Amino acid sequence: MNTPAQTPLGRILSRFRRDRFGMIALAGIVVLFVLALVFAILSFARVPFPMDPNATDLERKLLAPNPVNWLGTDNLGRDLFSRMLHGSYISLTVGFVAVAVSLLIGVIVGAVSGYYGRWVDNVIMRVVDAIMCFPTFFLILTAVALLGPSMLNIIVVIGLVSWTGTARLVRAEFLTLRETEYVRAARSLGQRTPAIIFRHILPNAFAPIFVTAVLGVPAAILTEAGLSFLGFGVQPPQATWGNIIADGKTYMLDAWWLIVFPGLAIFLAALAFYLTGDALRQAAETRAERK
Amino acid sequence: MANLLEIRNLSIRFRTEHGNVDAVKNISLSLKEGASLAVVGESGSGKSVTALALTRLLPVPPAEFTSGDILFQDENVLAMKPDRLRAIRGGEIAYIFQEPSSSLNPVYSIRNQISEAIRLHRPDVKDVDAEIVRWLTTVGIVNPEKRMHDYPHQLSGGMQQRAMIAMALSCQPSLLVADEPTTALDVTIQAQILAELKRLRAEFNMALILITHNIAIIQGLCDRIAVMFRGEIVEYGDTTSVLKNPQHPYTKALIACIPRLGSREKRLKTIDYSWLEKTNT
Repeated sequence: MNTPAQTPLGRILSRFRRDRFGMIALAGIVVLFVLALVFAILSFARVPFPMDPNATDLERKLLAPNPVNWLGTDNLGRDLFSRMLHGSYISLTVGFVAVAVSLLIGVIVGAVSGYYGRWVDNVIMRVVDAIMCFPTFFLILTAVALLGPSMLNIIVVIGLVSWTGTARLVRAEFLTLRETEYVRAARSLGQRTPAIIFRHILPNAFAPIFVTAVLGVPAAILTEAGLSFLGFGVQPPQATWGNIIADGKTYMLDAWWLIVFPGLAIFLAALAFYLTGDALRQAAETRAERK
Repeated sequence: MANLLEIRNLSIRFRTEHGNVDAVKNISLSLKEGASLAVVGESGSGKSVTALALTRLLPVPPAEFTSGDILFQDENVLAMKPDRLRAIRGGEIAYIFQEPSSSLNPVYSIRNQISEAIRLHRPDVKDVDAEIVRWLTTVGIVNPEKRMHDYPHQLSGGMQQRAMIAMALSCQPSLLVADEPTTALDVTIQAQILAELKRLRAEFNMALILITHNIAIIQGLCDRIAVMFRGEIVEYGDTTSVLKNPQHPYTKALIACIPRLGSREKRLKTIDYSWLEKTNT
């Protein structure tokens, strides 16, 4: 044995590490994450970083990027960079928590559907089909309009409507994996059904689930940005990338920075997650292994 | 001595879209404690279905027990509650399957998988690692302290099957069902694994049901033999006498198919099914 013992996850990660685009994209995510985290911690400790995102200063309104306000100021003289940091914190929180909610539902529903098969599968999949028929964005808009716009509501609603894809994927994985010899071996050992589902089958479906989770984050971020832009998202004065653009579009001809920087932030964040997800998918495909 | 296992008039049917298939027709078998039985037959003859039926591992539906009883230690398996059934699976009746490479879960180390079996059926064992090492040593794995941390893909086919046997034995079952345990292995490893099974059976006084389509490997390993053909047991008896003096035409044909070293025949014998069908009814 010359090679060190490698877990299946370790193999995926070591292949991922060789993917240059994936690593750059991951670095982007890490930078974004660190910025949002630093901002969240400092604002929790009531230390403005770099300044209070909601402090207005009408004498300094609509300033172009300058040494004090790195990305300029808006029509109320608020610092754009600070507001965008607050936006990154909102975007990442919504992205990750909404995906966690949708994963939780999707994995359990998909696992049950795929493992039990037959009429259970039929009923669940028809329900999934029905949910998929709704135009998601308008469903979310309606739900948020009814429940009231808040970060928690947005997270829950996005999570509740976006689990169907995950459920289908998990179901498909379970349909193949439940027929494997090691599942039969586990049953012949007297293992319980929940242990077979979660201990023996689910870890083998980990790679595709992880990839969809990573790809689900930018989708949630974009949905949140869209909602905020339309005014159904996190409410002002709390800054998000979406509502900064919404507020800035009135001044877009005089103050380009108000829409370009948050727009770029949305674009780059989504791109970073998509590229990372894509690189992970390639790393997870064993057949794509090259020397 | 009482019978460890008794199958009485068992019939199993599969309901499929293309009609019903009677996979097992009215078979009866019995096995004493520590005894060994070979179930021989070609693909589709119902031998694996019989083996899986012993602990109701068949998916119901499409499978269906249409008649008969399976008595294990005088307890009817077909009437058991799920909890009791789980205790029997692995704990009393352990299985080894054909493909060792796919019978082991690729995401867990050998140690992880054997410890799962031990925890399920012998919760009183304190030092699980020592127990794992003991069983891996028993089945002939060299350097078990190190190898137990390996993942299935790091082991050769023979070692994987040894690990499977260790996992089955670690629960100390009274009956081991080996469903074509050597089919996926090459011939030299095949001989090693069979010798290992023979030794372990004697060492632990464990009953063995060996399922195989290869009539050549059972001599010296199993005391009795049941020949299955199209869901029925066509011949059942002492291994030596059946092999020496087969009664049923299918058994004769099977034995005639074994290639013999030094034989002057130009072609190997095959089985003439049209002729068998006429004689079988």
